[in-house]
Amino acid sequence: MGRVKTIARRTFLIGSAAIAGGVAFGVWRFHAPHANPLLDGLPKGAAALTPYVLITEGAITLITPRADSGQGAVSVQAALIAEELDVDLDQVEPDPGPPSPAYWNTALSSDAVPFRATNDGWLAETVRDLADAPMKFLGMQVTGGSTTVPDGYDKLRRAGAVARETLKAAAAKVHGVAARDLRTDRGALILPDGTRIRYQSLAEAAAATAPVTDVALRGPKSWRLLGKPMQRIDMVAKSTGTQAYGIDMDLADMLHAAIRLNPAQGAALRGFDAAKAKAMRGVQKVVEIPGGVAVIADNTWRAMQAAQAITCDWAPTPYPPGMDGHWQALSDSFTEDAQDSRWRDVGDVDAALESGADVAVEYRAPYLAHAPLEPLNATVRYTPGRTDIWTGTQVPRFVQANAAAITGQDAAHVHVHAQMIGGSFGHRLEDTAVRHATRIAMAVPGRPVKLTYSREEDMAQDFPRQIAMARGRGRVADGRVTAYDLGIAIPSVLASQMGRQGIPAAGPDLQIVAGAWDQPFAVPHYRVTGYRAPALAPVSSWRAVGASTNGFFHDCLLDELIHAAGADPLEERLRLCTHAPSRRVLEAVGEMSGWGTPLPERRGRGVAFCLSFGVPCAQVVEVSDTQDGIRLDRVYVAADVGRVLDPVNFEGLVQGGVIFGLGHAMHAATTYADGTTEQRNFDSYQAMRLSQCPEILVRGLETAAQIRGIGEPTVPPAPAALANAIFAATGKRLREMPFDRAVTFA
Amino acid sequence: MQLTVNGTAQELDDIDADMPLLWLLRDVLNIKGPKYGCGIGQCGACTVHVAGQAVRSCQIPVADVWGPVTTIEGLGTPDAPHPVQAAWIETQVAQCGYCQSGQIMQAASLLSATPDPADAEIDAAMSGNLCRCGTYPRIRAAVKAAARAMAEET
Repeated sequence: MGRVKTIARRTFLIGSAAIAGGVAFGVWRFHAPHANPLLDGLPKGAAALTPYVLITEGAITLITPRADSGQGAVSVQAALIAEELDVDLDQVEPDPGPPSPAYWNTALSSDAVPFRATNDGWLAETVRDLADAPMKFLGMQVTGGSTTVPDGYDKLRRAGAVARETLKAAAAKVHGVAARDLRTDRGALILPDGTRIRYQSLAEAAAATAPVTDVALRGPKSWRLLGKPMQRIDMVAKSTGTQAYGIDMDLADMLHAAIRLNPAQGAALRGFDAAKAKAMRGVQKVVEIPGGVAVIADNTWRAMQAAQAITCDWAPTPYPPGMDGHWQALSDSFTEDAQDSRWRDVGDVDAALESGADVAVEYRAPYLAHAPLEPLNATVRYTPGRTDIWTGTQVPRFVQANAAAITGQDAAHVHVHAQMIGGSFGHRLEDTAVRHATRIAMAVPGRPVKLTYSREEDMAQDFPRQIAMARGRGRVADGRVTAYDLGIAIPSVLASQMGRQGIPAAGPDLQIVAGAWDQPFAVPHYRVTGYRAPALAPVSSWRAVGASTNGFFHDCLLDELIHAAGADPLEERLRLCTHAPSRRVLEAVGEMSGWGTPLPERRGRGVAFCLSFGVPCAQVVEVSDTQDGIRLDRVYVAADVGRVLDPVNFEGLVQGGVIFGLGHAMHAATTYADGTTEQRNFDSYQAMRLSQCPEILVRGLETAAQIRGIGEPTVPPAPAALANAIFAATGKRLREMPFDRAVTFA
Repeated sequence: MQLTVNGTAQELDDIDADMPLLWLLRDVLNIKGPKYGCGIGQCGACTVHVAGQAVRSCQIPVADVWGPVTTIEGLGTPDAPHPVQAAWIETQVAQCGYCQSGQIMQAASLLSATPDPADAEIDAAMSGNLCRCGTYPRIRAAVKAAARAMAEET
């Protein structure tokens, strides 16, 4: 048992190996709950009713442990709890809470096993459950994978219901009435005689009451908040400049730091000369850190200026210096030896393609920086007995553990105070900035230091989206697609990402084929193969991860084959589609866009589909080929998330995801020369600007069996829909992103 | 050095003349609404008004500031929002919100010069402000809603 446990605890199981790990290591402790972290140091008179509801005399605090980087995570988590607790959102204070294994992500693991999201059979469900066990042992408090809603949907409503019923039990005891005769309404208990008692005044009694855990959740028909347009909690602050982000931290006696890191990522600093920097105004200290050097000064500007004034001697990286080397490594990976997975293999593809292919093409997708608008930053105060960290992070437990390792302190003495994040797209799944900030703070014990990355450092040190290459072939006959063969070569994102946390990643990497192997189509001869390219530049999860590249490859190959067959792009996708919710989103965009109605000359419609993160999403893009270039006129989007919790936020996230997918496909690439990224700021790296933004019409469907998140699933189909539309308008096939290498956009 | 920020005269000593206005506001005066996004005038997150005109505060050395400065905090408050801010709240424009101080300052400047902007005028005025979350459709809607509200007020 000991050995198996060691493997399971230390290994992030990303593919089929999760099955073996999960089963072998069993469920013997799986059902034991983690301790409630709110009970640590709870003041007298306060009630921590579950890890999510804290009631004191002064306030009702709801713990929203998933990080908010703009997707509205705080509001939706608070609303899920509030719905059952019977409070309004303006009566509560959200709080991210401390890092704790109690806040592990239940939903993340269910997408880490090689069963299609459309497969709800016994075996798939069993394996998904078992994959939860190592996830729980790792205490994976992670925000990502569009899991905030599916993870919290039952858990947070249950927390609200348990808190409500416990408050009732407390009130029953205090007032000598039966709990069943009590009602709750907007933050108060109503006694049989109509007297209202604020929850806050019951805090002390509730703290002494055993939690009532036998609760039933309310059905959607009786919801007051969920399913209806909500006002997000952060809108007023974000519209008045009063929302504080991590970068806005301001503490008494605080110093400011800037950083210079080897732009050849991960390579060493051989030496440096900081004499000039040390003589600059306001500079207090120059600190060497792994792979670079930092300046501590009395304001951010002076720190950044001084950091620029340091002369550095950088060592080169182990990965190829220029793009040719990266593409060659991918091109060389389409081999049997490098085969990582072949989970979709239907019919006899080799036989079907023996006499040749009607389409044989290659696609490419570049590295892409995350580049959220708030640059990386962290504020750290180190003292020998305690370290405090203020930062926006999707991985607070990793931040805590890594800072503990750096300071040599017990993790219990490292306090992480999660901050609002000004955009992430996966950027804040990494914590190297916090590690640097911790080391810098250790140079000035007792004084808080805020490290702010310059935009240039943020982009040079980003771990970008994976580079990817795909080769596709297929056959058509009698107006139908009969054979489809797609091979995708990608370096393993999760191996790179988990490697930086010291966690080996075992088994095939699902992300190499995510958004391609799992599509709900029934082509008679149908094969999707993943090839693991060698590690190149370090990479990380970028909004939609594997599907962000593979959705483009998979759908564009399908579109090319459909055109080769002479079939209608929408009709043929529908004919091949085997999954009811997926058919419905395709039908929806067909109806919304008036698919099939004639368009004027030089205009075109493209349809695309991708099922990712369990969400089927279809899009139709309409473009015009104008004198100024390609203009995006309209986008029609339909996605089925099972249930839409806030239609206003849903529409915004869908539009944002489409713009993210389109904008990068049009204009953005992170490229390497001399082992360093060539794009370090928004002059050379940008996606869509407002003037290019099409009208985006959104329909949310609620027919899928399971509730899902919408943060990522709208990204993958967008580049394909645009490429297919440009083909329809111009006859030109775009197989490499960014498209502006081949066409001009208005 | 003297500078008026949000109606308050500030007496500033020991300030580097070449320090960008953005960092003076953020680190010296602790006015955190204007944001640092790029430092090269490409993203617009630092947009403030100088003498009523929208400018990129990261591009203006403190010594060159030619008039009174208004930041998002001086435009309106949570209790008394400017019509543009009210439209932003009503339309629920923000996602991460980091660019929105700059977007709102840019939009307020546009509407004070052009109370009823055509679509092309909105595109031209707002395209220097980058939004990485993709809130552009709602920015357009909120600018129009604010224009309507401001027309009704007058």
